[in-house]
Amino acid sequence: MASHGIEVKDLYKIFGPHGSKYVESVRNGMTKTELNEKHGHVLGLKDINISMPGGKIQVVMGLSGSGKSTLIRHINRLIEPTTGSVEYEGNDVCKMSKSDLLEFRRHKTAMVFQKFALLPHRTVIDNTVYGLEIQGIDKAEARKQAVKWIDRVGLSGFEDHYPNQLSGGMQQRVGLARALTNDADILLMDEAFSALDPLIRTDMQSVLLDIQEELQKTIVFITHDLDEALRLGDRIAILRDGEVIQQGTGQEIVLNPADAYIADFIKEVNRGRVIRVNTIMESTPVEGGAKVEIHAGDRLETAAQAMSSQEEAHANVLDDSGTLIGSISLKAAINAMVTPATH
Amino acid sequence: MGVLTEFPEMGRTDLRDLKKGIDEAFRGFTRAYGEAIEDFFFPLLKFLVWFEKLMLATPWPLMIVILCALVYAGARSWVMVAGTAIVLLVAGYLGMWEDTMKTLSIISVSTMICIVIGIPFGILMAKSDRTQTIVRPILDFMQTVPSFVYLIPIVMLLGIGRVPGLMAVCIYAIPPVVRLTNLGIRLVDKDVLEAADAFGASPRQKLFTVQLPLALPNIFAGINQTIMMALAMVVVAALIGVQGLGSEVLKAVNNQYLALGIFNGAAILAIAIVFDRVSQKFGKRLQKHSEVIHG
Repeated sequence: MASHGIEVKDLYKIFGPHGSKYVESVRNGMTKTELNEKHGHVLGLKDINISMPGGKIQVVMGLSGSGKSTLIRHINRLIEPTTGSVEYEGNDVCKMSKSDLLEFRRHKTAMVFQKFALLPHRTVIDNTVYGLEIQGIDKAEARKQAVKWIDRVGLSGFEDHYPNQLSGGMQQRVGLARALTNDADILLMDEAFSALDPLIRTDMQSVLLDIQEELQKTIVFITHDLDEALRLGDRIAILRDGEVIQQGTGQEIVLNPADAYIADFIKEVNRGRVIRVNTIMESTPVEGGAKVEIHAGDRLETAAQAMSSQEEAHANVLDDSGTLIGSISLKAAINAMVTPATH
Repeated sequence: MGVLTEFPEMGRTDLRDLKKGIDEAFRGFTRAYGEAIEDFFFPLLKFLVWFEKLMLATPWPLMIVILCALVYAGARSWVMVAGTAIVLLVAGYLGMWEDTMKTLSIISVSTMICIVIGIPFGILMAKSDRTQTIVRPILDFMQTVPSFVYLIPIVMLLGIGRVPGLMAVCIYAIPPVVRLTNLGIRLVDKDVLEAADAFGASPRQKLFTVQLPLALPNIFAGINQTIMMALAMVVVAALIGVQGLGSEVLKAVNNQYLALGIFNGAAILAIAIVFDRVSQKFGKRLQKHSEVIHG
C-alpha cells in the first residue's frame, strides 16, 4: 500500500457568514485586522500551497491562532474551505459529494486529536475498533486488528479499561492505536502530543517514528513545538496569521530562516540535532586517512560525539553506499552547532 | 370615569356566541371523527385491558417474585428487593393488591408510551434548533396548563375510561423525557463528535455510537422524572375513570374516609419511591465508565 502525497492548492478560509465575498480583497492584500475590523470576518487561512510528500511526515508548525488546526481540518474537510483545493490521488477533497467524503474519511484518513477525543463509554479495545466498526468490518476481524495495534503502542493488558482509568499518555496511545487500526493512508495528527508531559511526549515521538519507519504513511503533524517539528518532520511548513511563511526541511529552515520571526523561533534550537554532516563537510577526504568514519546523513551531534570519543579532530564522511565523499573537522562541526550570535 | 374602571369587554352576546361557536365546532368535530378516533385507539384499549388482566391473573406470589426480580435487575441491591417485597406484602394485606396491580399496569404502559414517543422527539429536537423552538412551548404548555383543561376535550372525544386516562397521564408525563433527551444529546462533548466525524461516521452512526450512549444518563434522569409525574397523575386520571389506587383516593376524598385515603396514598408513595430508587440506581450503573478516575 503506497501512500500518496497531498496537494494543498490556493486554499483560503474566511470565517463568517459571507466569507467568499472577501476572498478577492484578501487576495489583493487586505490584512487579517482590516478584514476583522471592517467586515467582521476572521481570516483563517490565506493562500496556502503545500505539497505534502507521500509516505513522509509533513509538519505544520505555528503558534496558537496561526491557523494550523484549521489547515489540518481541511484535509478531511471537517472544515469547509472558502476556496481552493486539497487533492489526494487526483481527487479534490473539497469537491467530494457527502457520501464520497464519508468514504474518503473512512478508508483514506485517520486522525489523532490533541484532547484525545476517546469515547468515554467504551473500553480501550472498543475505542480502538471504532474506525473499523464505522467501516462495517466484521467484529472478530476488527478486534484482531485492534489487539495488534494496542500491543504495538504498548497497551497490552489494558484492553478492558475505560479511558478515564488511564493517564494522559496512555489515553493518547489509545488515540494512536485507534487511528492506526483504521489502516488509512493518511494519518492526521492535530497537536497529538502537545497535552503530554515532556518525557512522555518524547517517548510517543519515538513510538511514532518507529511505526512510520515500518508503515510509511503520509502523516500530517500539527505542532507548536519547534523541537518536535524538527525531530519528526521530513518537511516543515511554518504558519503565521493563516499564511505559510516558510516551508522546507528542518535543516533548510534552521540554516536559512526566511525572516526575523522564524530566526527568533529557531534561536533556541539544538542545531546539532538538526543539521546533517553533508551540509558542512569538505569535499576532500582527510589526508592520510582517518580513524573515525561517519555517514553523510548523520547529525552534527552524532558526528561530534564520534570524533571526541575517539579523541580525533577529523573524520571521513561516507555516503549511504559506503563510498568516501569527504571529511569534516570537529571544529567545523562545533562551529556549526553553536547558534550564530547575530540574527 | 367608567371608561377606566370598567374593562372594555366584548359584548355579552358576542362572547356567548364565541364560546358557543367553539363548543359547537368541537362537538361537530367529535360527531364527525369521534368514532374514527376511538377505533384508532381501540388496539391500545385492548392492550391496556389485556395487560391489566394479565397482572391480576398472575398468582400473587409469582407477581411478587417477578417484581422483585425486576427490581434486582435494575438496582442490583438486595435492600431494594426486600423493600419492594415488604411494600407489596403490606399493600396486599391491607386489601389493596388489586388496585396496586391496576395502578402499576397503567403506570408501566404510560411510561413505555412516553419513552417510545418521547426519546425520538428529543432526538429530533436536538438535531435542529428550529424544531427545538417549536417544540419547547408545546412542552411548556403540557406541563403548566392545568390537566383539567385538556381533560375536557379528551373526555368529549373519547368519553371516560382507560384510554383518555392514559392520554391525560402521558400529556403530563412526557415532557421530561423529551427535554432531557434533547439536553443530553446537545451536551455531548464536541471533541468526541468531531472524532466520530473524522472517522467517517454517518449521522445515524454518530447518533447510535456517540450521542445516545453519552446522553444516556440524562435520558435516564428524564425517564425517572416521567415515571414520577405519571404517578402524580393517577388521582387525576381516576377522575375520568381509571381504576386503581387513584380511584380509591378519590372515593376517600368524596366520602371523607380518612384511613382509606391514607392507605392508598401511602401505597402510591411507596410505589413512587421504589420506581424512583430503581431507575436512579439503574441510571447510575449506566455511567460506570465515569466512576473510576485515574489518580
